[in-house]
Amino acid sequence: MQNQIQEVLALTNRWVKRLSREKFSMLFTLVQPMLFWLIFFGSLFQRAADVQLVQAPNYISFLAAGVVVMTVLNNGLAGGVDLLFDKENGFLERLMATPIRRSSVILSRFLFVMAITAMQILVILGVAFLFDVRPETGFLGIAVILFIGMLFGVGLTSISMAMAFSVKSHGDFFSVLGFLSLPMIFLSSALVPLSAMPGWMQTLAWLNPMTWVIDAVRPLILTGWEAAIPQILIAVVVLLVFDALCLYGGAKAFKKTVG
Amino acid sequence: MASSSVAIEVIGLCKTYDNFTAVKDLSLNVQSGEIFGLLGPNGAGKSTTLRILITTLKPTSGRATILGHDVVTEADTVRQLIGYVPQERAIDRFLTGREHLLLLGDLYHLPKEEAVKRIQELLKLVDLEDHADRVAKTYSGGMKRKLDIACGLLPNPKILFLDEPTLGLDVQSRLNVWDYVRRLRDQGMTIVMTTNYLDEADQLCDRIAIIDEGQIRITGSPKELKAGLGGDGISLTLGDADPAVCARLVEEIEKLPFIRSIRTHGQGLDIRVDAPEKALPALFEATSQVGCRLDGIEYHRPRLDDVFVTYTGHSIDDQSTSLTSDTAG
Repeated sequence: MQNQIQEVLALTNRWVKRLSREKFSMLFTLVQPMLFWLIFFGSLFQRAADVQLVQAPNYISFLAAGVVVMTVLNNGLAGGVDLLFDKENGFLERLMATPIRRSSVILSRFLFVMAITAMQILVILGVAFLFDVRPETGFLGIAVILFIGMLFGVGLTSISMAMAFSVKSHGDFFSVLGFLSLPMIFLSSALVPLSAMPGWMQTLAWLNPMTWVIDAVRPLILTGWEAAIPQILIAVVVLLVFDALCLYGGAKAFKKTVG
Repeated sequence: MASSSVAIEVIGLCKTYDNFTAVKDLSLNVQSGEIFGLLGPNGAGKSTTLRILITTLKPTSGRATILGHDVVTEADTVRQLIGYVPQERAIDRFLTGREHLLLLGDLYHLPKEEAVKRIQELLKLVDLEDHADRVAKTYSGGMKRKLDIACGLLPNPKILFLDEPTLGLDVQSRLNVWDYVRRLRDQGMTIVMTTNYLDEADQLCDRIAIIDEGQIRITGSPKELKAGLGGDGISLTLGDADPAVCARLVEEIEKLPFIRSIRTHGQGLDIRVDAPEKALPALFEATSQVGCRLDGIEYHRPRLDDVFVTYTGHSIDDQSTSLTSDTAG
């Protein structure tokens, strides 16, 4: 146990070092989601969005929950990229030839992606705060937002790592990634509530776990505990099923690659 | 240093992918304290074999043991005993040399103080002390290779595996690597390496196994293998392309007493002889007698190239580009 902790920490430390030395990448990782989506998109659609429809004082406050979950989505789906590169350049093999527990590599990646995502969520909420978005449920609400975000992130990171282990080339990986991420966003309640969608989109969005996550985060920011708690419970159930499926698939792909 | 004990035993090893057999029925023994080379062209199955031995790939059938421990069922024990030096690209460009070693120190659970001390020694051994705290992307190919070797040595392994240790290196770095490898052998370490360089196999390895199309063609020391061919080589380049004249020349040469074998090819003849000092003048005489124009003559001691051609039927460079070994190899 103690050995495994040492392994996971050493490997996580490596991810942190890598990120801190890729200054550009770090800047974009942290700044991009809030800049593009929250500020640009939020301001752009401020007038176009019907306040009646979104049921929020302004569009940015409606959008905040969506951007938080989008960040989880993007980080999660990209979570396997570094392992993909490790696989391609042989670093993974070097690690696998050492007597570490096979799961340590995976756990280090979860830990790292979750930590980065949590930080980004806090930055986004901070920026939203500057636009007068004050989470109704306070600090405890923020903690719950982080928790739900992490729960969603585990499943997404598993999908990403499973892909990293099974794709033939990183070209394939990025194609699938690009193909997945935008539809996931548009076919969810991130940008507009389901009620504003055409029927067929509603159905698809209803099947998208991201919708359930956003619908739990949004009342935590906009309305308060009373509206949030039932949504949180539903989201947790949905995510437990989602994570179980993703972890199963991820474990299978991992076993196939490294045994 | 028990010089005759078996360090690695491989019996009937097979590895097949969906529609491709990388290794078929491969058996070999590596003795403790020797430098053992797996020699073959790209895609011959040497990297696959190496990966099975370092436990990162499972064989389809057959078994392999490292110091008596099975690479599949006792993989964890095997990993404690070996060090692995992958090809040069397997380096994290954003970490410094020292950080690579510290990371591995944690993964092998070396006590912190011991790790720090050992890392300093290793950096000194491979002459990287001055560059230890620079990120690896600033390293030259030779420096990366040195770091690789230091990484492979960190766990103080009984057996060190090197995958193409001098691929893409300049001459000086190459000689350095050879030098390290020899020193490690002299300290009693067993070394297994893959290579597709004939001269490397010849000069560095105590014994080699020639692998081609997933099978071992022959195993032995370079010296034995060369001596096994029998005789020295003489190549005649003939200016006369007329097959009839050629055939007559071959006939004449066959009559000579010290000729072992003759091989005809497009440009002339490859002949193996026992006594070159007698054979050469006799060959000159034969060519002039037949009236064949001689464009060139080359005499050489038996080379590993000849061994390779004899046992695989082609030269080592023939296939190097025909197989894409990136994903499968």
